[in-house]
Amino acid sequence: MELTIALGIGVLFGSGVWLVLRPRSFQVLTGLLLMSYAVNLFIFVMGGLWVDKPPLTLAEDVDPAAYTDPLPQALVLTAIVIGFATTALYLVLMIGSRGVTGTDHVDGQEPDQ
Amino acid sequence: MLASLLFLPFLGSVIAACLPASAHRREAWLAGGIALVGLLMTGWLYLQVGADEVVRYQWQWLPAYGLDFTLRMDGLAWLFTALVQGIGLLVVLYARYYMSPEDPVPKFFSFLLAFMGSMLGVVLSGNLIQLVVFWELTSLTSFLLIGYWHHRIDARRGARMAFTVTAAGGLCLLVGVLLLGNIAGSYDLDAVLASADAVRAHDHYLAILVLVALGALTKSAQFPFHFWLPHAMAAPTPVSAYLHSATMVKAGVFLLMRLWPVLSGTPEWMWIIAGAGCITLLIGSFFAIFQDDIKGLLAYSTISHLGLITVLLGLGTPLGMVAAIFHTLNHAIFKASLFMAAGIIDHEAGTRDLKLLRGLYSALPFTATLAIVASASMAGVPLLNGFLSKEMFFAETVLFGGRGNWWLSIAALVMGIFAVVYSLRFIGVFVGKLPTDLPKQPHEPPHWMRFPVECLVFLCLLVGIAPSLSIGPLLHQAVTSVLGAQTPDYSLTIWHGFNLPFMMSLIALSGGILLYAVLRRYGDLANRGKVPLFHRINGAQLFDNTLQYLADLSEWLIRRLGTRRLQAQLLLIIVVMCGVVLTLIRLPSLPDSSALTSFNGLFALLWVIGGVCAISAAWLAKYHRLAALILVSGTGLVTCITFLWLSAPDLALTQLMVETVTTVLILLGLRWLPPRIKPSVPVRVPGVTVLRRSRDLIIAATAGTLLTVISYGVLMQPKVGSIADFFLLRSLSEGGGTNVVNVLLVDFRAFDTFGEITVLSIVALTVYALLRRFRPSPESIALPPQQTNSIDPAVKQSSALQADTGYLKIPAVYLRFLLPFMWMIAVYFFMRGHNLPGGGFVAGLIFTVAMIVQYMIGGTVWVESRLRLQPHKWIAWGLAVAALTGLGACLLGYPFLTSHTAHVTLPLLGEIHLPSAFMFDLGVFMVVVGTTMLILVALSHQSIRSHRVPGGGAPEPKAALSGGDR
Repeated sequence: MELTIALGIGVLFGSGVWLVLRPRSFQVLTGLLLMSYAVNLFIFVMGGLWVDKPPLTLAEDVDPAAYTDPLPQALVLTAIVIGFATTALYLVLMIGSRGVTGTDHVDGQEPDQ
Repeated sequence: MLASLLFLPFLGSVIAACLPASAHRREAWLAGGIALVGLLMTGWLYLQVGADEVVRYQWQWLPAYGLDFTLRMDGLAWLFTALVQGIGLLVVLYARYYMSPEDPVPKFFSFLLAFMGSMLGVVLSGNLIQLVVFWELTSLTSFLLIGYWHHRIDARRGARMAFTVTAAGGLCLLVGVLLLGNIAGSYDLDAVLASADAVRAHDHYLAILVLVALGALTKSAQFPFHFWLPHAMAAPTPVSAYLHSATMVKAGVFLLMRLWPVLSGTPEWMWIIAGAGCITLLIGSFFAIFQDDIKGLLAYSTISHLGLITVLLGLGTPLGMVAAIFHTLNHAIFKASLFMAAGIIDHEAGTRDLKLLRGLYSALPFTATLAIVASASMAGVPLLNGFLSKEMFFAETVLFGGRGNWWLSIAALVMGIFAVVYSLRFIGVFVGKLPTDLPKQPHEPPHWMRFPVECLVFLCLLVGIAPSLSIGPLLHQAVTSVLGAQTPDYSLTIWHGFNLPFMMSLIALSGGILLYAVLRRYGDLANRGKVPLFHRINGAQLFDNTLQYLADLSEWLIRRLGTRRLQAQLLLIIVVMCGVVLTLIRLPSLPDSSALTSFNGLFALLWVIGGVCAISAAWLAKYHRLAALILVSGTGLVTCITFLWLSAPDLALTQLMVETVTTVLILLGLRWLPPRIKPSVPVRVPGVTVLRRSRDLIIAATAGTLLTVISYGVLMQPKVGSIADFFLLRSLSEGGGTNVVNVLLVDFRAFDTFGEITVLSIVALTVYALLRRFRPSPESIALPPQQTNSIDPAVKQSSALQADTGYLKIPAVYLRFLLPFMWMIAVYFFMRGHNLPGGGFVAGLIFTVAMIVQYMIGGTVWVESRLRLQPHKWIAWGLAVAALTGLGACLLGYPFLTSHTAHVTLPLLGEIHLPSAFMFDLGVFMVVVGTTMLILVALSHQSIRSHRVPGGGAPEPKAALSGGDR
């Protein structure tokens, strides 16, 4: 499973990087989304992979070894929500810039050919 | 009392800034009142200081760094405080008449009071860092005051120059002080003074000396930094009288006095300080003779007198210190009065040009008499205060010369002669016949405008005639506070017998008169435009050239190294990121296969789907946006399932809801992008593009591989102890909840979450603001072709109609029916969040989705005519609830955001535990609802808004009927 998730993160990140380097604003937006998945997962797995050990301390005596690490989860949870907000901001900039400049190139003008 | 003495001017400054521009009398009263109260307080403090006591005030500033805010008043500080307050009072009175009502007077008094406070801060600081802070504040206020008439280019230029020079000096001083504090082990002034020997013996002594000297010499306008002072004369005259002769420029010599016991007494000290002072004194007095502007003359004379004080300090003898302090005081008194007199002349005659002015005695007899007495004091005429300290200076140089070097005495004599010449040049404006071509016909000014000058000239006479009675005790206090046991015997009498210093005074006076006569007759003094011999040495020009060169250089660098292209910047960021990782990475030891979680085929399949989705999205994002978006959502879902699989139910829930709103959001944005249709005939891709794409592909592959390697490497490492145990063990007992992730968010790391919801609100408001000014591209304004299809009967119906009777009727019935249930689910997830997966974030997103679905089915108009959420208010209330919950803990004496759990027993429901974190979570919930709703609704409104075509066409009758928000 470690290898699977590590490869998955790598593929997501690589696709994200490729898209971020593209010239069209929608490509960059998509790339940012993919990169944020990869980075969120990366932070998340830093706590280790645990199956069926959610951090819900419902038992009487809490044995820390029986639960996954809650800290990366808390960090990633806020990151997901913030990620939504930044996506929205980028989207609005993207369509606003297109309206003002008439192009969807990230630099606001078509490259000189 | 010390603290109020210091903060009163700052308070006054704020008040003055708030007063209306018309109230220029009130401001004068305010400023004068503050200076007067300060002066009275200072007088009161003399009871303590006069009894050899050091008044202190201390409070903790950064205790972790051993820094305290310390105020410390000894004899020297008292003397400077009295000087700042006393001259300040007179200057305020003077400025009350000098400033014209057209000027923004509140600003003037506000800056002036701020300066007064900063200067008091410098002289009263008992901590060196704090001293530097106030030091820079004086530079800043001086900048504001010089640039007060900011519409004038010379004022702006002078202000910039003064600020650059003095603030740069201040930075050097800061470094010097840091080194000094490092040696002494503390920044406290007393501690530094106590470790004088250690400092002088230290390897860094020379560095400290040079840095401190740079600070002091720039501030006191010493060679080679003297050039800023004449340009600072663009300031209003009260400012020149106050800052640039009496107080701020004295900060440099004050610092040298303050650190004299620590740094002086070495050859380096003497060469640097006395050397700079000696050159300054000669240059300043020589240049002063040939100025045409009265204020220019006074500025150069100030430079020269400051040089004199610096020389005295540089000699490093106790007697030199006595003379330096005495001359500082005397110079402040006569020079301030001279500046005020110059201001009166300017005010009355309309010009300050020495070539035009003469014969003013007949028009301004009182002012003329006062100015003549003051300039006689400047020239060093007996029975005036300037004579006394200048004679002490001569005596010092003679004493120094007794050790075999007479050059200093000669320099002193030359400077004395020059001083007489420029004083005579100034007096020259009063003699002769009044010209008729002056811009204004001069009259005596109002009495109260002249009053400050009278006061100061009276002091000149008083100190000059009865020094030991008037100034003696104060001076003695100041001297002993610096020198302590080293205090020498000195006498403040006028007549010391017919000795060498007195001879020098006489020679200077007679030589000066002679030189003046010669220059007038043969040197064409009255009409000479420039300084002979040295007119090519122009520090200001050099300064400007250097700045220009630096600006050109940075412009060139920006052109060469900078880019405005986003792709290049992103590329650089990613390459650097990969490069840094590559240099740091070390191959981990062989993975311990027992640490592996067993391979799971289903999980692998899941990630095959995820990976394929990601790569296909990357492939399709250019021409098939919708497909790419769906594929990205697929990856999001895989991520979501992974979270669920790997024991993170909260993350899975949040990811699912965010995925939903993000998709809706991007769908709303898609229609504003230009169509991009894949050419049916394959075009030949230019080679450059192929190269670029290959390069990007390599970079992307590298970045992905690196992240894979790192993730795998970390996952294969044996587990190390983390702080997770802390949270797991204390979640229930101290946080009152079993869902550790939620407890972390709303309790342990609540401050973090508070910051996060604040950011969220800011972003949402930014999006809203950007959309208010949104101008779509003209070709996107028309309805998209999908909505104008002639076959589709729904095209002619409004969204509401489609939902009520059209093809959306059945989904509409369902979804409207489901709305309360979806709300209920949101409430359910919210309520259980503290103990089971859920919480404010998830609940807020569910609530939003419930609303968005209604918008989608019924259209914006339909929903908003029935239920109008006001997202702004949700955001505001959410933040307020979260903040108030946190502050509640403060009220009870706990740190901000400390949680408290209450147990409430309700009928029917039984015992409910109600932590205060619950209220905080409610705030989070409201902010999340507010922000997501605000963003989505603002975006959906764009489709039903009528848009103006750029270039000013008529507003297009945009189909408000259409369900364009879909």
